[in-house]
Amino acid sequence: MISQIAVFLENKKGRLADMTRVLGDAGVDLVALTIADTKEFGIVRFVTKDNDKVLRVLKEAGYTATKTELVGIEVADVPGGLSAVLKVLGDGGAEIEYLYSFAGTHTGKAAILFKVADVTNTVRLLTENGIELIEKLF
Amino acid sequence: MKYYNKKMECMDRAELKKLQSERLAALVAYVYKNVAVYRAKMDAIGLLPSDIRSIDDISKLPFTTKQDLRDGYPFGMFASKKRDIVRIHASSGTTGKLTVVGYTKRDVDDWAECCARSLVCAGMDKNSVVHVAYGYGLFTGGLGLHYGAEKLGAMTVPASGGNTARQVQLLRDFRADALCCTPSYALYIADEMEKMGVKKEELNLKSGIFGAEPWSDNMRVEIENRLGIKAYDIYGLSEISGPGVAMDCAEQSGKHIFEDLFFPEIVDRDTLAPLPYGGEGELVFTTLNKQGLPLIRYRTRDICALTDEPCKCGRTHVRMSKVFGRTDDMLIIRGVNVFPSQIESVLMNNDQAVAPHYFITVDRVNMIDTIEIQIEVNEKSFSDEVKKMEALQKKLEHDLFTAIGINAVVKLVSPNTLPRSEGKAKRVTDLRKSNR
Repeated sequence: MISQIAVFLENKKGRLADMTRVLGDAGVDLVALTIADTKEFGIVRFVTKDNDKVLRVLKEAGYTATKTELVGIEVADVPGGLSAVLKVLGDGGAEIEYLYSFAGTHTGKAAILFKVADVTNTVRLLTENGIELIEKLF
Repeated sequence: MKYYNKKMECMDRAELKKLQSERLAALVAYVYKNVAVYRAKMDAIGLLPSDIRSIDDISKLPFTTKQDLRDGYPFGMFASKKRDIVRIHASSGTTGKLTVVGYTKRDVDDWAECCARSLVCAGMDKNSVVHVAYGYGLFTGGLGLHYGAEKLGAMTVPASGGNTARQVQLLRDFRADALCCTPSYALYIADEMEKMGVKKEELNLKSGIFGAEPWSDNMRVEIENRLGIKAYDIYGLSEISGPGVAMDCAEQSGKHIFEDLFFPEIVDRDTLAPLPYGGEGELVFTTLNKQGLPLIRYRTRDICALTDEPCKCGRTHVRMSKVFGRTDDMLIIRGVNVFPSQIESVLMNNDQAVAPHYFITVDRVNMIDTIEIQIEVNEKSFSDEVKKMEALQKKLEHDLFTAIGINAVVKLVSPNTLPRSEGKAKRVTDLRKSNR
């Protein structure tokens, strides 16, 4: 499992800049980041090398943040790579809440992070289909 | 028909003062005998009923507050025996405790007369068709205007609230001359007419008798244009009787208070010292002729001013200005009483622990009252999934609707972004007041 930090931000100008500045000042290296937004608010989700420290820094700065565990996998960085994995999960009835991915890792593969409703079932499906789980992104 | 009761409405002011003085002296003797609360309050300051001889003595009497009524829930402040009470009305309160009002037969008649006078102020007579779209029930709006219209001899349509398409149909088919409802509902009806393709020329409406919530002059103009009517402001509160305590005349320059029945005072909102005409302060009423629930110097918590300038309409009774605001925190939203404490208890009682930091903004958008509640997101209410955050928002909106009966918009905001204040938290802003 890979741990992620999620932060609540109002959908207002400058809010993301403020938060990333706080992280930058604390010397935090963002490994991956994604934003889910609605008309009124956004949830910023990201992975760093030291999530416990990040959580502390954000709380001290007055943010509402939480740590969540994600299922991480690596797939070949080729056309259809993500699609194949999603088919496995879909056929097996795994519900995905959200996912994000990034290519260009040192291994030359693409990493995908999943938030799922049922972690046990998801992990079983992936493993049975020979998909490699990863524990870190770096 | 110019006046319903010319003798009373146009009474010479010296003569009126004599009548008020006689009624006040009789009232004080009556409540001293029949209501323990009044007797205790007067005894506490060594005041005897015989000390009250003229209306000028009124400032010697102690005030009465909504809290007194709540403390006596339900019938503690009634001065009549239960067998003489023929009607009950009630309005909502902060803690679920209602403010209960009891009427004797004569009280109902007096109140009906007030509403009949009000309808005549709005140009109605016995030939008119009066459509009453205020809610019927414990709320005084519906039955108040209903009895007034019947007393006047008008054809009375007890439409009550809701089912707006049918309201439009009835207004058109029954050839209503007057529409009685809240001003915001009048605009709802105008919207519905547009949707249905019913033009204002197809109606026979001449007057609107609108009240139970504060409304601006802009709103009056909009209603008048869209419905092709003259819009009259009616004022009242259930404790005093209901609608018809004061009413606009054709001059539309302040509402005449029916002074033979209700004696108004304006007091300084901090010192409670009586202010001369023209001064802005809290409106206080003494009911001069009530039996069931007579009230002595009842603090309405409405802020306004009075004028005794003669009015072109010929009525001699003083006029009250628009209500500028309330002395306490009660909000009137679309005619419904809403207390911030009701909202707070919904937020606090929610399963999902919601931050104690919230802020209520009341506004008027497109002539309809709106209420938005900003809530700071905390560790317990926060989730990394949008779906769950939106579900929380919806649940709060649903719970608020259940508690206060109107739709509130819930907005989730970042922690530490809402104003903090020392002492009593300021958690409400009413932007409607800025366009008074």
